[in-house]
Amino acid sequence: MSGQEVVFTLLGVVAVGSAVLVVTTRRLVHAALWLVVSFGALAGGYLVLTAEFVAWVQVLIYVGAVVVLLLFGIMLTRAPIGESADLDSGNRWAALGVAVATAAVLVTVVVMGFGDARTPLRAGGGSAEELGAGVFRTWVLPFEVLSVLLLASLVGAIVLSRSDIGGDKGGDV
Amino acid sequence: MHLAYPTVVAALLFSVGVYGVLARRNAILVLMSVELMLNAVNLNLVTFDVFYRDRLHGGQVLTLFTIVIAAAEIGLGLALVLLVFRNRRMVDVDRLRTLAEEPSRPAAAVEPERVEEAAP
Repeated sequence: MSGQEVVFTLLGVVAVGSAVLVVTTRRLVHAALWLVVSFGALAGGYLVLTAEFVAWVQVLIYVGAVVVLLLFGIMLTRAPIGESADLDSGNRWAALGVAVATAAVLVTVVVMGFGDARTPLRAGGGSAEELGAGVFRTWVLPFEVLSVLLLASLVGAIVLSRSDIGGDKGGDV
Repeated sequence: MHLAYPTVVAALLFSVGVYGVLARRNAILVLMSVELMLNAVNLNLVTFDVFYRDRLHGGQVLTLFTIVIAAAEIGLGLALVLLVFRNRRMVDVDRLRTLAEEPSRPAAAVEPERVEEAAP
């Protein structure tokens, strides 16, 4: 077990453990904050895997933007700050069974498929320069399509959340 | 680096996300679990990009694209959740039964009282 593997294992334990806390905690705000820990540990894992640029984008967008949006959503839906008893629905045991089965199948498949595969990690493979060249040379068309998609979804979100448009079809509830 | 470590972490994260999507009742917590599943996919993409030593960096670029799509999804999803909250005063996904199919005859006697209980 090399040093990289030790560090990655520790980060993975933190990521999976805080993810478990996200889906089991009884406080909504704590779930969002554990999500920060999970995403931060995953960003560390990307750093260990030499994907620096992806790691910083992960920190910026997930830890920065997505979690803040989720906290906004929690506040705007007047969620209780303290403990709330009914965050889990009635089918949690069925969900636990499905999740354990999914984990068993996936872990079996990846361990049987890639159990003895190794790769040396070399620095520089995921730097901003390499990825920038990749995005703006090879993948420039998907990149532009993606920007249109992002614009469309932002316009959609604005249209959905404004209550003063939509005319006479009951937009002002 | 042994490839089993990141792939196993990704598989465990994905199944934690599956549990969250199925077991949570609050719509915002369901969205958080979806984000966990997307992150598991991202970890796999980065891992195999490094493993195959892709010269075009398809895996990492696709990870960036997935992150952008996840941001778009969370923005749109939260707009939908806020709209539901404005109309219904609650965001519990298992009590939003307006679009549910009509139950068959024997269960029809049970269904109305559940709907009344669900009314805010």
